[in-house]
Amino acid sequence: MTDLVDIRLKVNGEDHFLRVEDRRTLADALRENCCLTGTHVGCEHGVCGSCTVIVDGQPVRSCLMFACQAHDKTIRTVEGLATDGKLHPLQQSFIDHHGLQCGFCTPGFLMLVVGVLESEPQASDDDVIEAISSNLCRCTGYQNIIKAVRSALPEMRAQGRTA
Amino acid sequence: MSLDTTNKDSGSWVGRPIKRFEDLPLVSGKGTFTADLKANLYARFVRSPVASGKIERIQAPEGVKLITAADLVGVKPIHLVLQNYNYMPVEQPLLAKDVVRFVGEPVAVVLAESMEAAEDAADLVELEVSETTPVVTIRAALDPDAPLVHDHIPGNVVVDAQFSSGPVPENVYKRVRAQVRTNREAAMPIEPRQAHASFDRISGRTTLTCTTQSPHLFRTAIADLLGIPEAKLRVIAPDVGGGFGQKATLPPEFPVIAWLARHFGTSVAWNEDRRENLMSGFHARDAELSIEGSFDANGKLLAVEADVRVNVGAYSSFPTSYAVEPLMSLNEMPGVYDFQSYRCRSRGLATHTCPMAPYRGVARPMIVLLMERLFDNAAKEFGLEPTELRRRNLIRTFPYKSVTGLTFDEATYVETMEMAVAAIDIPAFRQKQIEAREQGRYLGFGVSTFSERTGFGTPAFAARKMQFTMGWEQVEVSMDPSGYVEARIGASPHGQGLRTTIAQIVADEIGISPDKITVVHGDTDTTPYGWGTFASRSLVIAGGASKLAAGKLQLKLKRIAAHLLEAAEIDIVIKGGAAVVSGTDRSLPVETLARAAYHRLPQLGGSIEPGLSEKAIYDPYGTFSNACHAAIVEVDIQTGKVTIERYIVMEDAGRLINPMIVDGQIQGGVVQGIANALLEEIIYDDTGNVLTTTLADFLPPTSLDAPAIEIGHLETLTPASITHAKGLGEGGTIGPPGAILNAINDAIASLGAQIDEIPATPRRIYQALKQAKAKAS
Repeated sequence: MTDLVDIRLKVNGEDHFLRVEDRRTLADALRENCCLTGTHVGCEHGVCGSCTVIVDGQPVRSCLMFACQAHDKTIRTVEGLATDGKLHPLQQSFIDHHGLQCGFCTPGFLMLVVGVLESEPQASDDDVIEAISSNLCRCTGYQNIIKAVRSALPEMRAQGRTA
Repeated sequence: MSLDTTNKDSGSWVGRPIKRFEDLPLVSGKGTFTADLKANLYARFVRSPVASGKIERIQAPEGVKLITAADLVGVKPIHLVLQNYNYMPVEQPLLAKDVVRFVGEPVAVVLAESMEAAEDAADLVELEVSETTPVVTIRAALDPDAPLVHDHIPGNVVVDAQFSSGPVPENVYKRVRAQVRTNREAAMPIEPRQAHASFDRISGRTTLTCTTQSPHLFRTAIADLLGIPEAKLRVIAPDVGGGFGQKATLPPEFPVIAWLARHFGTSVAWNEDRRENLMSGFHARDAELSIEGSFDANGKLLAVEADVRVNVGAYSSFPTSYAVEPLMSLNEMPGVYDFQSYRCRSRGLATHTCPMAPYRGVARPMIVLLMERLFDNAAKEFGLEPTELRRRNLIRTFPYKSVTGLTFDEATYVETMEMAVAAIDIPAFRQKQIEAREQGRYLGFGVSTFSERTGFGTPAFAARKMQFTMGWEQVEVSMDPSGYVEARIGASPHGQGLRTTIAQIVADEIGISPDKITVVHGDTDTTPYGWGTFASRSLVIAGGASKLAAGKLQLKLKRIAAHLLEAAEIDIVIKGGAAVVSGTDRSLPVETLARAAYHRLPQLGGSIEPGLSEKAIYDPYGTFSNACHAAIVEVDIQTGKVTIERYIVMEDAGRLINPMIVDGQIQGGVVQGIANALLEEIIYDDTGNVLTTTLADFLPPTSLDAPAIEIGHLETLTPASITHAKGLGEGGTIGPPGAILNAINDAIASLGAQIDEIPATPRRIYQALKQAKAKAS
């Protein structure tokens, strides 16, 4: 048992007050303490990116960040992407372009792309597409993910939903 | 690109690229994967840190809940039997007993109240093993002085199969050889293996939720191992994050987790981490293969002799056993080429390494690579384009009986290759290749042509003489009083989109919209017994059974409609959600028929049984889908790096139920095959320690490694499958090693270099180039 710390995570606009071990990862805190299981853990080494969430506007591997490091920070997870019951354009685009098969890696890709555009609004389409190589997908062979992202970018930019 | 667009105007759901019903929860973070379930206790396995040795002592400090083999009283070992091929059975205790046989083998398990605490506790366990010399490689296993992995298996040969048929040819013009080395792979689903078992004190039942492709088969296996009736165990496959064969094979950890939940009367979870998955989550394709082909003066292949040696690891896994790669190699080696003289010896060798399991494509990426290298070597000898030599040898008339006794149904081996040849424009490429070489750039072109045996039923598995004769699938299709349908299948999809494609088949067969159809799978309590999803079989077999059951349901709806519409049954047509009397405007919505079946029996003349529920079984001989893969690559001769310029798949998987999903399967499969050809490798050191236990070391492809794939389809409407669909889950993975290695060799041939090992990493290619240079000087 290691030390317990009291933290506040602002996740998808909601405050979560947690008492966690200081070694608990943000991924585990989101999944176990906040019951937000849409964030998936694929490797715990920071390689696969399935656990990607957005922390203060930056895409982050939540398996490589301690929950206590995210204290008082604003966090967005896949559960917070849809607004007023309407899917985020990127979510819809993944459905439309068959950008997922088993769906385990999908939340990580969604948060990666939304996060990249949020942190670098000036990034070109090609920059965003290149950033997709940060995460691993074992099912799709990536081409449909690339299509889904490319096709959603204009609407994401236009709506400024990622601002 | 889709070259064949049949079946688009028929008004049917089959053939349309409709969006998947699976996707909405998965993009919303509302999928339910096994690790999402909370448990009272978390398990962590203590694993062998050495490849081979005797367990001297295992001990934990007070307060650590440690379970070892000695605690599992009455639990049986995993023990697969095969009545042929000099197969040697072995017993694998769920937790190692007395000896350990591979790094990562589970030796004990600890329980704690959180995952972190369980990891801490496992670290406190003292495990003392006196090491013995391990056998790691094929060469070491074959050494006459090699230590024995299992004392009762001389020479470490666990399966030794031989085949010999057909006359030794006399008019041989050329004998050509090829040999290939395929290094060890891992299926690496992005979700590692997970299990959650919960014991219900009132019913005495245990519910095991786990990452499986075969919930019914796992239930049978685990109940047998634990010595409990199957009724006391429910197995659920919730959303499963890919499997590729790894999750069709029973991990010894799963029965242990079920046992722990029963023993402690609580819920227990095991969440495998990535290191465990790469170290002990089953491997594949660790083989050396060689072949000699005898050709006549026209380049016609007359006879083949081959030798296959597969490193199958330390134990024989459930359900396919460690014979699966050697035996499939032996039986399916002849592939798409016409010859009737064949000799082959195929051996499986036990080593102190992780056991193998079928991985997408199973054996065929190896044997297709071997055969395709033979053809390219031979083409060089004959001075022919590789595709011309294939043209002279591909099977053209069907059904064709292979030398090993397989019946190939109608297929398009030549046609798909000609499509690839046309797409490449070989003369233009050869010109470009020469021009590029003048600029110091090395381009190469390679193909692989192959078939994939899919959707095979009981006879095929019976021929393998396996302990479990798999094959059939059954499906229950029920319509409720509101006109909605459930199709309950024994197959267990985990990314393939079967909830959508089976709904399309059922929709056409009943005459309603697929959005009224729910495909239920992955729960032994709510689905009929079935074998699961593997071997490119589910759409063919479960899809076929769905078609049959839905057809029966439609017949009953027609009988009801005939009563209510006062017409002859033969005049009723059900389409678009309504029953119509042909040639009239009299019709009734299907909902009304459904109501009547349950609630208004007296109106139906007393001859109709209540309810709307039908069951069907489908058990086909099997079919063969086929494809030609073609690759153009550039090899950087300074670094050995390979860039794929074009990748073409021309394939025939019969009727495309959902073209969008078909292309998705092909793209995903091809990228796994490219990974096999160029990137991924599980590496052991001399002591049997695994060096590649993170994804950064194992090197799965990223989006930057994955080319756009040009896909073309033919749709041979085979009678071998009642939906005319041939399976295609694995085909994408089978073709790339052959096509890419041939392309690499085509690129570097002018330098006198040759490479016959995968993955063809920059280091290996660089070595091959260096050797060629040294030889030349």
